[in-house]
Amino acid sequence: MQVPAPFEYERATTVDHAIGLLERLGSSARLVAGGHSLLPMMKLRLANFEYLIDINPLHDELGYIRVEDDAVRIGALTRHRELLESDELAAAFPIFREAERVIADPVVRNRGTLGGSLCQADPSEDLSAVCTTLDAHCVIRGPGGAERVVSMEEFHVGPYETAVGDGEILVEVRLPRRPGHGSAYEKVERRAGDWAVVSAGAAIWLGDGGTIVDARVGLAAVGPNTTGIPEISATLRGQAPDEQLYERAGEIAARSCDPVTDQRGSEEYKRHLADELTRRTLRKAVERARS
Amino acid sequence: MQVTMTVNDVEVTREIEGRLLLVHFLRDTLGLTGTHWGCDTSNCGTCVVWLDGEPVKSCTVLAAMAGGHEVRTVEGLARNGELDPIQEGFMQCHGLQCGFCTPGMMMTCRALLDRNPDPTDAEIREAISGQICRCTGYATIVRSVRWASVHEASEEVTA
Repeated sequence: MQVPAPFEYERATTVDHAIGLLERLGSSARLVAGGHSLLPMMKLRLANFEYLIDINPLHDELGYIRVEDDAVRIGALTRHRELLESDELAAAFPIFREAERVIADPVVRNRGTLGGSLCQADPSEDLSAVCTTLDAHCVIRGPGGAERVVSMEEFHVGPYETAVGDGEILVEVRLPRRPGHGSAYEKVERRAGDWAVVSAGAAIWLGDGGTIVDARVGLAAVGPNTTGIPEISATLRGQAPDEQLYERAGEIAARSCDPVTDQRGSEEYKRHLADELTRRTLRKAVERARS
Repeated sequence: MQVTMTVNDVEVTREIEGRLLLVHFLRDTLGLTGTHWGCDTSNCGTCVVWLDGEPVKSCTVLAAMAGGHEVRTVEGLARNGELDPIQEGFMQCHGLQCGFCTPGMMMTCRALLDRNPDPTDAEIREAISGQICRCTGYATIVRSVRWASVHEASEEVTA
């Protein structure tokens, strides 16, 4: 039987209450939302905490998707299923529904949250790739209600490590909206609900003349850091989208990532996937931006 | 710590450890062994129960988290001594062989029919994609859910 080591259970009723508990308990405490990453890690003794602070009661406060003219704001406790089922979110950013369809399985998606996924900062985690692709900004609240906003690059410090400090909580993810947008997500997995062998997301913003104003690609499961690939953005900006351009982007993706051989595939195969999935998602993103 | 929750419409209060998982609370503390306990890693889905009406994998939910909430297990599927159409469907269409995955499968499929009374085969397979059956190859499970869907629809017509 796998059970976590002993800990004290605390339940937060508001965001400020959660921050107060974190301040009082320090680094011996950890927030738990869906728990589908944290509890398995605690069962395996890969993580041990003296206190777990259950923030599920904050869903009323932090479970929302607000589509505004210049940005989409998503509360950190919004569950995967809510992200999957939101027509408004799918209309603004098609990549979200495409990614959510292949994250874990429907029952796990009933519990898992956006904020939990990002804070877990697993290099194979899909929503980190999605948020990187969309140039998301993370709102972190700390003691006294002070808020700071960081980019995904700043948020993701390293594997399982984020910019969220002791006494702080991720409260919101902001996705900037710009005209001429299209986006897509592709994941290759061994079976339903598994971690990715490799995933790729692409987002495109086209100008009036059909040239690329901006483009971003985010990969998952190809190395310790799921960040964007600036060289792809620089190469694509100002260009008219065509197959040759997607090929160049794919080549850059393949050589810019850092995959390792494991039971899910060889390094060579993963580089091939990074290349192929980058091309596919860019192609689809452009089609969507045009329609 | 003390936890109070509603399990199959009955309020229960027990003294528990914070680390106790919901699946063990149901099986060992309450003696409701209909919910099975399998992989421990939220992969196999035999431990699926409802938390406030939504299927969850109870090996990855703390019993404490369910405090103040409503839990329903396979023991709470039949109402007033009558089997739920899902249970009847699994009997009629041979939706199980060894029966290990069955409680989780039935809880997920009941929730599916509540949201989508006439699902396609693909939608049924998607709904149970996080649950593993090593006997049936899933074909008879899909058939069982179809059976329940069709019979519920015809019951509504006659009622």
